[in-house]
Amino acid sequence: MAAKIVKQTIAEKILSAHAQKELRAGEIAICEVDFCLGQDGTSSLIIENFEKLGTGKVFNASQFTMFIDHSAPSPNTGVSAIHKLMRGFAAKHSVKISDIGRGICHQLMIESGSITCGNLVVGADSHTCTYGALNIFSTGVGSTDLAISLASGKNWFRVPETIKIVIKGKLPVGVYSKDVILRIIKTITSKGANYKALEFCGDTIGRMSLDARFTIANMSVEMGAKCGIFEADKKVLDWITRRTKRKPSPVTADEGSSYEGVKEYHVSSMTPQVAMPHEVDNVASIGDVEGTRIDEVFIGTCTNGRLEDLEVAARILKNNKVHPETRLMVAPASREVFLSAVKKGYVETFIDAGAALLGPGCGPCVGTHNGVPADGENVISTANRNFKGRMGNPNANIFLASPATCAASALEGKISDPRAFSRRLSQ
Amino acid sequence: MSNLAHRLKKLQNNVNTDYIISGRYKFRIRDARELAKYVFADLEKDFYKKVARGDFLVSGENFGCGSSREQAPQALKAAGLRAVVAKSFARIFYRNALNLGLLLLECNTNYIDDHDELELDLGRNIIKNKSKGLNIACKPIAPLAKKILAEGGMVEYFKKHKGQLEIEA
Repeated sequence: MAAKIVKQTIAEKILSAHAQKELRAGEIAICEVDFCLGQDGTSSLIIENFEKLGTGKVFNASQFTMFIDHSAPSPNTGVSAIHKLMRGFAAKHSVKISDIGRGICHQLMIESGSITCGNLVVGADSHTCTYGALNIFSTGVGSTDLAISLASGKNWFRVPETIKIVIKGKLPVGVYSKDVILRIIKTITSKGANYKALEFCGDTIGRMSLDARFTIANMSVEMGAKCGIFEADKKVLDWITRRTKRKPSPVTADEGSSYEGVKEYHVSSMTPQVAMPHEVDNVASIGDVEGTRIDEVFIGTCTNGRLEDLEVAARILKNNKVHPETRLMVAPASREVFLSAVKKGYVETFIDAGAALLGPGCGPCVGTHNGVPADGENVISTANRNFKGRMGNPNANIFLASPATCAASALEGKISDPRAFSRRLSQ
Repeated sequence: MSNLAHRLKKLQNNVNTDYIISGRYKFRIRDARELAKYVFADLEKDFYKKVARGDFLVSGENFGCGSSREQAPQALKAAGLRAVVAKSFARIFYRNALNLGLLLLECNTNYIDDHDELELDLGRNIIKNKSKGLNIACKPIAPLAKKILAEGGMVEYFKKHKGQLEIEA
């Protein structure tokens, strides 16, 4: 590349590197894609469209994985037929398939070691933006776009403008990255970052674990963002080098690069946040919703089904019992998370508390199986969406919150402030 | 030829793809015409029965937000809709609709009520609201999008260019 004059954001830099020309926000370019993925809700259309394209061959079979996670194990014959189709395609084209019980596509992608800093990843699932926490431009696309990338190794991209999100301050005990991102979504709204890249930075991010950062990156799409990217600090590089031998090439924003906006959040006196039915940006502070009856609690998903999330829930649930009129379901995000949770005793804690353990996967998040609520019931979940009908019943109400708030609510049978467990949480 | 506009009764802005086609149906139904029967099933029962071929769906801001499911524009198209007219569209839905050849038009939809008769004049970027005697300006379709739409969608466009993604205007 010629001597650099243009100052670039992380998103501009990663897309430029994959187009092999210097790009600025607003431009359209063809970029080479490093990795593609599909899941069981989107793969039947990927396969159908790929076959229509007529190239006959997956461009790079080692850079594609199909995941059976959203409706797994299959609850009915329609889904079984789709799973069978996926397995057949994987065998025919020698591509990887992740079958039932392994976990959620996004958790498995970040654990896999097949992606690294500076990569460009497209996934036929909107929460593909999760890997932004690893300094990766990863974005959700539809099935046809995924099929195009499978056939050609490329796709066309409009280079997004970037909004910089600066998060400052030390989080109080009982307040987590989920609360931070819910608060951000409330102020930016569900359409406020449509087509944009988000760049997350600030001292709060620096102190956060990777598990906590994935939660924030994951929910970028709830504001319409194309991706939510973080810089690669030591924690990111440690995560990457632990899982892959390939040398990471971190991408940083140039000093003086052009942002569409900069938003600052101070979190040191923040309270636990709850998204109320039926929109993710309909967010209240815990005090405004505390006491709402809860019939069902779900801890898991690509947003909050990681080890740290289960640890927080276990601290609250330890030697306690789920309220007799409330049900609690826990689904670890992956087999690796599940095994660690077993070794650390969290799983025993959940079972002793009266929780129903589900296998690694998306669980009841998307309403196809496992824990569909009844008419008029209230659910509190660690997931990322609370749209009417999301969990399979349009006559139920879904609240979204952190694993701590969900665990506390499971014990009380109503929405409860996890700061009541401050001593357990700060140990 | 003019056709009818349809506005959802309950929701105008932020109509998400879960509402367009719920996960309950899209995970098990592969046939687009069958899927079309469940369009907006959680918001308005039997919505598909109200739509005649060539009609328009009219909405507010951020239409199609949320999940990446391409079954959303696929089901709308299979329900017979000619186009979705909204104040703005969410990113993934926009790409998916374009890829399937479903026309999306951005304009101020405050000037369109349920059951108004609409006619398109794409050459002049105008939607004629014949019921109100209004010409509504819409945002011109981007050059690349126009080319993809002209081929009927991305699959045909890709095949025509023999797998080369030509994007220069």
